[in-house]
Amino acid sequence: MKVSVVTFPGSNCDRDVGQVLSEYYSAKVSYVWHKDPLSGNPDLVVLPGGFSYGDYLRCGAMAKVSRVMQDILPYAQKGGRVLGICNGFQILTESGLLPGALLMNQKLKYICRNVELISGSPQNPISQKISKPSLTLPIAHGEGSYFADTETIRILNSENRILFRYKTNPNGSIESIAGILSSNSRVVGLMPHPERAMNPCSGNMDGRLFFDSYLNN
Amino acid sequence: MFLAKINVTLKESVLDPQGQTVLRALHSMGYPSVQDVRVGKYIEIKLEEANFNDAESLVKHFCEKLLVNSVIETYTYQVESL
Repeated sequence: MKVSVVTFPGSNCDRDVGQVLSEYYSAKVSYVWHKDPLSGNPDLVVLPGGFSYGDYLRCGAMAKVSRVMQDILPYAQKGGRVLGICNGFQILTESGLLPGALLMNQKLKYICRNVELISGSPQNPISQKISKPSLTLPIAHGEGSYFADTETIRILNSENRILFRYKTNPNGSIESIAGILSSNSRVVGLMPHPERAMNPCSGNMDGRLFFDSYLNN
Repeated sequence: MFLAKINVTLKESVLDPQGQTVLRALHSMGYPSVQDVRVGKYIEIKLEEANFNDAESLVKHFCEKLLVNSVIETYTYQVESL
């Protein structure tokens, strides 16, 4: 599996996700600088976590107009797989590849802790293949409160596109939404960091349950 | 040379916890008459364009493409010549 992980100025989880995909899934990982084109026809593009462009203006706002996104947009529109984690999810909503937006956490505090996630939509193609009823994954964000208008939320529910919900809503996300899918299921965005829950040394390997299901989908 | 002044605010339907926090702070300062606070952004852009119409339509384009997230924000702007 060829994976391209994009590095924007301020991305800091690029190597984390690249390293786990290569170590646990034997992926051939390339790191793409935001000014470069997307080349090599990857099987998966990952927009990693971090603080691209310092979160200036809005989280992910300036990343969406960077050079590499000019290639990622048609890549996704043609059915390419894109995974956005945390800041990556913010970039996906800013660029319109996923609906809605991520707002400031309701209590205005940056939250950095493990949270329990439950399956979002009952027939969601990724979460329904996870055998455990809940996953524990770390979140680390100041702007992770998912927002979308009523009609969008209705569509996400009816199309089984809600990936995970927080068991206890930490940030005010509508319907406790922690992650969603595009209408063709190829673009996925989530605020929690599965790449930080892979190694037994971290004490939590639930990230593997997510990746096992997602990569085999 | 033109100067654009843009006000970006959250849409009414979007919760503004920053505004609510400022509201509570004003109340705690002893100003119970304050009913609501919404916190937005003010952006100034200086641009060299041939004429006012060009400057104005560029500013609108900047708002639509970058400066404003139309899912959650709304905006007003004015353009003046310097």
